[in-house]
Amino acid sequence: MRIMSSATAKKNRPQYLNLQALLFEIRLPLPARVSILHRISGVLLFVAMVWLLWMLDRSLSSEAAFEAIRRYAGLLPVKIVLLVLIWAYCHHFCAGIRHLLLDFHKGIDLASARASSWAVFAVSLALTAWLGAKLW
Amino acid sequence: MVNRVLTGSRYGMRDWMVQRVTAVIMSVYTVILLVVVLGGVPISYAVWKDLFTQGWMRVATLLFAASLAWHLWVGVRNVLMDYIKPDGLRLTLQVVVLLTIAAYLGWTMQILWR
Repeated sequence: MRIMSSATAKKNRPQYLNLQALLFEIRLPLPARVSILHRISGVLLFVAMVWLLWMLDRSLSSEAAFEAIRRYAGLLPVKIVLLVLIWAYCHHFCAGIRHLLLDFHKGIDLASARASSWAVFAVSLALTAWLGAKLW
Repeated sequence: MVNRVLTGSRYGMRDWMVQRVTAVIMSVYTVILLVVVLGGVPISYAVWKDLFTQGWMRVATLLFAASLAWHLWVGVRNVLMDYIKPDGLRLTLQVVVLLTIAAYLGWTMQILWR
C-alpha cells in the first residue's frame, strides 16, 4: 500500500493546460482554431456592445451628434477597433453558418471539416477587407 | 442521483435550438441592413434618422436585439460554465451578465422609440 501511494505521488503527469502550453505548445488543428475564435469573437462582441450602442444612440440623437460620431469614427484608433469588431462579426457569422451545416450533417468528415474551416477564414477575411475598405 | 448544479446547464436542447433560431434571425437582419446601408444613398443624418424611424425597421431592429439578447445569454453562460469554476463567482458573473443584457435591451428600445 505504501509503495503504491508513493509510486502514484512520484508519477509526474504532464500538465498541458497552462497558458504557455495553450499559446505556444499545443498545435490546434484548423477546425479547432475556427472554434476557439468563434468563442473569442463572440465574447469580444458582447463586451463591445456598450460602445456600439453608445455610438448608435449618439448618431440618432441629433444632426450635430451624428456629425460628431462620424468624425469620431474617422479617427485611426477608432477605425482599427471597428475593423477588429467587423472581423469578429464576420468570423462569428461564417463560423456560425458552418456550425448550422454541421448540424445538418453536412461536411462532418475530416477532409470537408478542414475545407470548410479554410472557407470560414477565407470568406470572413474577405468580408472584413471589403467592409474595411468601405470604412476607410 | 444526478448531481444538480445551481449554476450549471438545464436541458441543453432548448438552448441549442434557441442559439440556432436566433442566429438565423440575426443573419437575415444583417443582410438587410448591409443592403440598405451600402446599397442605397450615402448616409446622412436625415437618411439615417429616417431609416430608424420607419415602423418595419424599428420592429426588425427590436427582433434583432431580442434575438441577440437571448443568443448572448446562451453563449456567455456556456463560456462562464467552461472557465469559471468557483460556484459563487460563476453565479455572480451570470447575474452581472443577465443584468447587462437586460440593460442593453432596454437601451436599444429607448434608442428606437425616442
